[in-house]
Amino acid sequence: MATEHTYPDTAAKTAAAALPDEFHPERMSLSMGPSHPATHGVLRIQLELEGEVVRKADPVVGYLHRGDEKIAENMTYNQFVPYTDRLDYLAPLANNVAYTLAVERLAHLEVPPRCQAIRVIVSEMARISSHLMGLGAYGIDVGALSVFMYTFLEREKLYTLFEELTGARFTTNYTRIGGVARDVPEGWTERVSAFCDQFLPILDESLALLTRNRIFQDRTVNIGVVSQAEAIAYGLTGPNLRGSGVPLDLRKDRPYSGYEQYDFDVPVGSKGDCFDRYMCRAEEMKQSVRIIKQAVAKFPPGEWYATEAKKIFPPPKDKILTSMEELIQNFMLVTEGPQLPPGEVYFEAENPKGVLGFYIVSKGGGVPWRLKIRSPSFCNLSILPKVCVGAMVADVVSILGSLDFVMGECDR
Amino acid sequence: MPYVVERTPLTFAERTYLPQILGGLKTTWKHLFSPKVTLEYPEERPTIPPGYRGVPTLVKDPNGREKCVSCQLCEFVCPPKAIRITPGAIPADAPTANVEKAPQAFDIDMLRCIYCGLCQEVCPEEAIFLQNQYSLSGYSRGDLVNHKDRLYELGGTLPDLHFKWDKKRAAEQAGRAQH
Repeated sequence: MATEHTYPDTAAKTAAAALPDEFHPERMSLSMGPSHPATHGVLRIQLELEGEVVRKADPVVGYLHRGDEKIAENMTYNQFVPYTDRLDYLAPLANNVAYTLAVERLAHLEVPPRCQAIRVIVSEMARISSHLMGLGAYGIDVGALSVFMYTFLEREKLYTLFEELTGARFTTNYTRIGGVARDVPEGWTERVSAFCDQFLPILDESLALLTRNRIFQDRTVNIGVVSQAEAIAYGLTGPNLRGSGVPLDLRKDRPYSGYEQYDFDVPVGSKGDCFDRYMCRAEEMKQSVRIIKQAVAKFPPGEWYATEAKKIFPPPKDKILTSMEELIQNFMLVTEGPQLPPGEVYFEAENPKGVLGFYIVSKGGGVPWRLKIRSPSFCNLSILPKVCVGAMVADVVSILGSLDFVMGECDR
Repeated sequence: MPYVVERTPLTFAERTYLPQILGGLKTTWKHLFSPKVTLEYPEERPTIPPGYRGVPTLVKDPNGREKCVSCQLCEFVCPPKAIRITPGAIPADAPTANVEKAPQAFDIDMLRCIYCGLCQEVCPEEAIFLQNQYSLSGYSRGDLVNHKDRLYELGGTLPDLHFKWDKKRAAEQAGRAQH
């Protein structure tokens, strides 16, 4: 035999071993992507196939590289917030919050409880909308088209709420260093809790189409198994890590923005296959609903931005219009940026896709000297060469869908 | 507390595909007869909530004065550098001469604009607003650059709470000028 063959099942292996040499297939190289619909964006996977079996898989990333880290060095901290929308564009609010928290940590700035609660609510709503998209698209990947329609309807309701809150559905640009862009509108929290009340039955209906479905289980159970040790070694985070049974959730382990006040559980998988990752996302949405309900129930009154941080958050608009001091302050804050101390900070937040980290080096002033983004999708994709080997081509689609990555964040 | 997600093997009935097929059909029929959720777009338009960030526009105050004083703060803050302002002077004999400056040219390149709303947020005169228009089209790149006239046409007049320049002028005329 020319090469050492390993086949997924023993019967195939025995049958293959019995064949004469000329029947053994040559390796074929296949580029999956960058415009393949199942690669969720512009990921290219360079596959080496032996018949239908993947022998080697190399993710080729960078097709969506925009140089966000370099761009950040040339603008003030607040000007970079719209760029964070475009990292994980399925959960822009969560990125806004993570970035702002990182900068605030550098400034040693605490925001008022109301602002923290707003940020928790929007992060969790972003998590739900991202997972809805993830599950819907995963359904399509493995051949269940209708789930996508139902999850998209729910996502649309969330986007309507985002639109009321931030003024935009997708590119929210909502947080500011030291606060948020604007307070919640009248009656918004009630509409959020009304959404939560009607959401769970609809989610269960959508999940019922997948979870106990034999076709879905055949495509996901025991496919793309990532062991605990591998998941940790490859730096997986988020639902992909928890699917392998590692209960790491920064909202629990290193609470930020007041997450310690809320009561929620962390779903983990037992096997680490595609099905576990799917189940973890499904359960996380239910936990997010729990968090939102608690946050809405005890939504604190008071200020929605750090009023004492005069060198970081601009004064109220009517003051800017009528008083000379505030007008000057506004000009200074916009042109020179929020004034931060020199130093460096690394902060990570539990985003829908995993741990989104910002490493910021400041030399003082309103512009970062260096800003590094640790994007969860990039790290999660690093497991592909490991997990795809030995799988069939069709399984690659299933594995990709279960990793739920976003190339905007991976390539940044 | 971490908890392990459910993972029970399929029952024999479930392995026959039948319960899922019937369950799926039930869901489909339910949705078939539930109210329609789509919007027939060009005929029907979505409701735009207050504070929506649509196309940026310039506004005038109820007296018809253009509020922009061409301080160029929006031009500075604009992350994609979509705004270009050429400042101009207000003639000394104009009724609003005390404002001193108004934009001679004000261009917003809508091919660059990312609708982030920072211009509106930083404007110290409440002169630029992102309003309700969300759908743009044009036959050339030039068509999608909104010039000053177009910006005022889109913006119209918005109520003013302060009338700060009118107050300043009244104070100056009464000899109580504060510089």
